[in-house]
Amino acid sequence: MNHPYTVSLFATCLVDTLYPGTGHAVTSVLHKCGINIDCPPDQTCCGQPAFNAGYQKEARRVARHFIEVFENSKAIVSPSGSCVHMVRHHYPLLFKDEPSWHARATQVAAKTFEFTEFLVNRLNITDVGAHFNGTVTYHDACHMNRGLGITEAPRQLIQNIKGLTFKEMTPSDKCCGFGGLFSVKYPEISQSLARDKAMRIVETGADAVVSSDVGCLMNIEGILHEMKPSIRCLHIAQLLAGDGHD
Amino acid sequence: MTEKSPLTYRQMASDAINDPRLQGSIANIQELIGNNAGPALDQLPGGRNARKQGKDLRQETLAHLDVHLAALAQKIRDNGGHVYFAEDATAACDHCIKVAKANGVKLAVKGKSMVTEEIGLNHALENAGIETVETDLGEYIIQLAGEKPSHIIAPAIHKSKEEIGQLFADKLGIDYTDDPPTLTLAARKALRKKFLAADMGISSCNMACAETGHITTVSNEGNIRMATTLPRVHVAFMGMERITARLTDHELLLALLTRAAAVQKMATYMSYIGGPRKKEHNDGPENFHLIILDNGRSKILADPAFRPILNCLRCGACLNACPVYGKIGGHSYDSPYPGPIGAVISPLLFGINKHSDLCRGETLCGACEQACPVQMEIPRMLLELRTKLADGDPQWQVKPHSYMDKLTMVIWSLANRHRLLFKCLLSLAGTLAPLFPETRFFPGTIPPPLQGFRKNKGMGRITGKSFVTRFNHQKKPCSHAIQYKTVKIQESCTPEKKEGCHAPRH
Repeated sequence: MNHPYTVSLFATCLVDTLYPGTGHAVTSVLHKCGINIDCPPDQTCCGQPAFNAGYQKEARRVARHFIEVFENSKAIVSPSGSCVHMVRHHYPLLFKDEPSWHARATQVAAKTFEFTEFLVNRLNITDVGAHFNGTVTYHDACHMNRGLGITEAPRQLIQNIKGLTFKEMTPSDKCCGFGGLFSVKYPEISQSLARDKAMRIVETGADAVVSSDVGCLMNIEGILHEMKPSIRCLHIAQLLAGDGHD
Repeated sequence: MTEKSPLTYRQMASDAINDPRLQGSIANIQELIGNNAGPALDQLPGGRNARKQGKDLRQETLAHLDVHLAALAQKIRDNGGHVYFAEDATAACDHCIKVAKANGVKLAVKGKSMVTEEIGLNHALENAGIETVETDLGEYIIQLAGEKPSHIIAPAIHKSKEEIGQLFADKLGIDYTDDPPTLTLAARKALRKKFLAADMGISSCNMACAETGHITTVSNEGNIRMATTLPRVHVAFMGMERITARLTDHELLLALLTRAAAVQKMATYMSYIGGPRKKEHNDGPENFHLIILDNGRSKILADPAFRPILNCLRCGACLNACPVYGKIGGHSYDSPYPGPIGAVISPLLFGINKHSDLCRGETLCGACEQACPVQMEIPRMLLELRTKLADGDPQWQVKPHSYMDKLTMVIWSLANRHRLLFKCLLSLAGTLAPLFPETRFFPGTIPPPLQGFRKNKGMGRITGKSFVTRFNHQKKPCSHAIQYKTVKIQESCTPEKKEGCHAPRH
């Protein structure tokens, strides 16, 4: 698999600070697909926490930083549907009154891809040669699903993993209750939604729940662990990086 | 009313979350109607495009709302009816009382109406000495119980049949039963007497028509038709946005409404009313009054960011799709309009600061927008409201919600533009995090803003190390670093780099 790509990895703030394993898994999978990766060292956050809380001025400042860091990249890949949704759909709105920044934001938005979207829709890779012995269910993260409209790419990748049995939870697209700062400000509501989600996961009998946003996984993980410690919460990159050996 | 603290909203939400019966009832309606409304809408001619057409029709009408309202008023007056434009809730209630007094009304029967709930009409009429009886079964139940509706379409969704059985035994003097048909018959019997004795019928209007000069009422119980035909006087209330230009627009909009609201191709009763009864009519009221309510709608209409919320058909589809509504129920919203629609329209109508929790207490998951039959961008509008709360907004008389939040965001923004500061703060967090070990031993030690984060177990993950820094310091990235069940580090990684190769802890 030779692809003439050097892509820039936008790890996202959560992966950078809390989930390095996901970052390594993403680089591992992309390397395996013959993709060169750079990871701009000045990157931080896409600005979504401020944007979703209404602090547009602060979000805009962080967005400018993101644009400056990534605008010379050929393509930007990120293991978060939510952050890509922010860059792709909210950046142009953030700069609607600043023509020069709007143009730069639009350019960056056009070359920013969610990890599974990049593999499946840009590189036509649906099998990365991964192995996993067990049953897996997939949580459709809201911004990935309703924001970017990506539901099939991750499923294709998952279903092509050797040794894996895929089982949908019902419903797979109901919010896990994360919502960024929502989960901090309204923990009771957030946790009750996470509990519902964990129950749907347990019902599938899966050995692992997989999603495309570590935010969701972080929200689900604690409660799922209390309910059934044997079920693992994995970012899809971690599943795809696996060789099946425990 | 004073501004509510988050705790109050959170407390109401917690109470609802901890009420298993309420959870069951809402889950039921979300499953029965919420899951089926979308496919029912997609069966309309045009499929998914029907919603776009509905949205376009609403927007087109709103663009010329003044013209359409004037046309409607003129036609109704030509037909012998009376039209009153009420600027606010007080004006609307006062006018209704005036009409009631002028006609010697002692008893009024009402069809289900969100707009009269908005203006507090029942209370105003009772204060004026006019007995007012709700005739929709759900509304009747909560009126007897002295409660407020908790769902736009199913106002008594929060009440169990056992509670209703006890309520009817107490208030209607019947033997206790929790058999729904028996209870329904008991309500019917009690209400029939009220219908026959009432001097005035009060209804809302689902969608008026400027072209023909009619209002429409849509119901499944037949109570609105009785309330608008039996009594001598009919007073109809409508929010000023509830109108279409042409009769043909109703075909699509009412189909969208009934499918989204109740998975019905059409409602059991749809009435077009354009004035008092004429000589050749066998029934109908002698007097017909239409009260068209502004109450803050002009201001919404004037703001392009929020105008689309006036597209709303009040179908309740967003409530049936919303995960947050599904947990916290209608009463937590402390407004006649609960759910996602309420989270946008309640702050706009009654005060953004007052209802700040509604603006902020949603996950922005987008299920409401997906469910909406007229494609209202509710998450976008919630974001607009949050923006006003963040920095204040003179046009909407909004004060900045929290200076502490603002300060946090300013610092956060600074750290996210300067990688060095970002890394320093991360290291600091890594140093401090072990001092709060899941708060098992020091339950009170986590600062409140981080308590939610702790519950996410995020705190336990902070090591102070950065993946990006580690990646750029590595000569060769660790491949196949992820392992399952147990954490296993590849031999090619140096010990120093091991932490960065962790699989998530389980």
